[in-house]
Amino acid sequence: MIDVVMPQMGESIVEGTLTKWLKKPGERVERDEPLFEISTDKVDTEVPSPAAGTLAEVLVAEGQTVPINTVVARIDEAAVADRATQPGAEAAAAAAVEAAPKAAAEPAPAEVVSGEVGPLSPLVRRLLREHNLDPRQIKGTGAGGRITKQDVEAYLAARGQAPAAPPPAPPSEPVAIAEEPAAAAAPAEAMPLPRAEAPKVRIEPMSIMRQKIAEHMILSRRTSAHVTTFHRVDMTAVARMRERFKEQIQQRYGFSLTYLPFVTRAAAQALRAFPLLNASIDGTNIVYHNEINIGIAVALEGGLIVPVIRNADEKSVIGLQRAIVDLATRARSRQLKPDEVHGGTFSITNFGSYGSLTGTPIINQPQVAILGVGLVEKAPVVVDEDKIAIRSVCLMSLTFDHRLIDGALADQFMLKIKAVLENWSEEVL
Amino acid sequence: MREPGRRVCQVQELGRLSYAAALELQRRLVEQRRQGLIPDQFLLLEHPHVITLGRNGRPEHLLAPLEILRRAGIEFYHTERGGDITYHGPGQLIGYPILNLREWRQDVVAYVRALEQVIIEALGKFGLRAERVAGRTGVWVDGRKIAAIGVRISRWITSHGFALNVSTDLSYFGYIVPCGLSAPVTSMAELGVRATLGEVMAALVPSFGDVFECEMIMTAVPGEQQT
Repeated sequence: MIDVVMPQMGESIVEGTLTKWLKKPGERVERDEPLFEISTDKVDTEVPSPAAGTLAEVLVAEGQTVPINTVVARIDEAAVADRATQPGAEAAAAAAVEAAPKAAAEPAPAEVVSGEVGPLSPLVRRLLREHNLDPRQIKGTGAGGRITKQDVEAYLAARGQAPAAPPPAPPSEPVAIAEEPAAAAAPAEAMPLPRAEAPKVRIEPMSIMRQKIAEHMILSRRTSAHVTTFHRVDMTAVARMRERFKEQIQQRYGFSLTYLPFVTRAAAQALRAFPLLNASIDGTNIVYHNEINIGIAVALEGGLIVPVIRNADEKSVIGLQRAIVDLATRARSRQLKPDEVHGGTFSITNFGSYGSLTGTPIINQPQVAILGVGLVEKAPVVVDEDKIAIRSVCLMSLTFDHRLIDGALADQFMLKIKAVLENWSEEVL
Repeated sequence: MREPGRRVCQVQELGRLSYAAALELQRRLVEQRRQGLIPDQFLLLEHPHVITLGRNGRPEHLLAPLEILRRAGIEFYHTERGGDITYHGPGQLIGYPILNLREWRQDVVAYVRALEQVIIEALGKFGLRAERVAGRTGVWVDGRKIAAIGVRISRWITSHGFALNVSTDLSYFGYIVPCGLSAPVTSMAELGVRATLGEVMAALVPSFGDVFECEMIMTAVPGEQQT
């Protein structure tokens, strides 16, 4: 016999109130399975059983308050030993009631599945798997409450009847409705199991992140009057700058230099010049943000996140590149801190890195504009009025909230970005 | 960079979530936490109108018939947390920490006191002097209750947590005797602090990290939360 005592749930606690027994005397309990609940100062605590066995004696009634270390129950461990001989017997019993002869030919030892469900025979486990059922939903009628093949079939038949599961047959087919309960009422053995067909769909719940992204996208669509404008930007000057310093930067800082920090730098300058693009709307007020905090969309497995580069206008190209690499790395390993994803005043999404020419991004609320950066590629371009040259070009898009920003302003903003990038003069190192 | 060996707590800002969905999420996270599959979690959210009765709650503390609640659009739940009856609704910031107390202190009273401390420190950032009242779990300002606490612990894993009135419509508390006490309730808004749930979250998270001595890590939720 093992004594179960009122546990000490904290240094200052001298007693506890037993609020509920989760097992009845005579009932079997596994080691670590919740056995009773206690209550102390607004905290309800489930206390697990210290041993496996049968709950032999309950010494403290529900509602009683006792000092810690008081024996509240006794567990008979011997019951476990008795039980050890049972699985074989149970398997035999279960095999005997299996209708299909094939099942009887598979008297594999019963296996215990985790949870409150007892052992399941291989046949039953296969049925559960085929029909994608949770064993906890099925009432077992076999030895020791275990689930038999008949239980599964009865469950399937009953489920077939329930109005909730399959859509009810249309009223034009009254025969089908009348037939179904009859079929369900027939003895289980007589009903051939439906062949498990390859399912046509697979249903799985969205992750919380996915749900939040979905909510946010729809919310943004509903909130803002989205308009997108496109500008072609000649990136040749930036490409040259990048070529010149790429290796040096890789060696000195350990990261490669991409186009993104140049675009971010140009955007920060344009935001300074056109503060309305760096604003948000609060009711009928315009909120101008003094800080330029640029969010950079980062793709994650199964979602995305927009970490924020604070005071982006105060950073050099190298500083921006470092921030982008750091935030993206930590976003992917889910190690961003709260203030690193909040407080953005403008966003950039770089779909060019996935080969997209251009796109129409959705505004990241409560911001009023987002810059989309397409693929930078070499293309023939007309220059100097009538000559054709090979240049590095990029299609950039700006989605803006037409509630606050008109097309003319949006295009001036884009022309500013274009001017900075096409006439890049700033040294990188 | 993270200090080596320091415990990590993931923050999940979930926006508005039904009581049932939050229960289910907590149940799943408690199990994953128990198995060591995830670090500690701090869920922050808002519930639609709901009245919940704790395991030890007295049904007579619900002052309105269920029919009235239904008509007022308020859900009603019996729940497994500690504490009596309470109301949750828009404008109230709900915090549900899923912590393994084995890795902090195995002390349920210390845990509740720590939750109070987190809220008191966060309110201090808004210039509010909040305090404890001996024998009455929760956080109080001038004798009025601003935050309620109700916790469940299973194998040292915590669930449920606290509800802090930010801009709660306090008239909804008229349906109940909050936590079985007839003490008045208050909110930050009633005390003259105009703050959004987002701003209060931003104040709570670092306090939580300080009090529980862990590093608070934001899990991926894109963009800004609308509050």
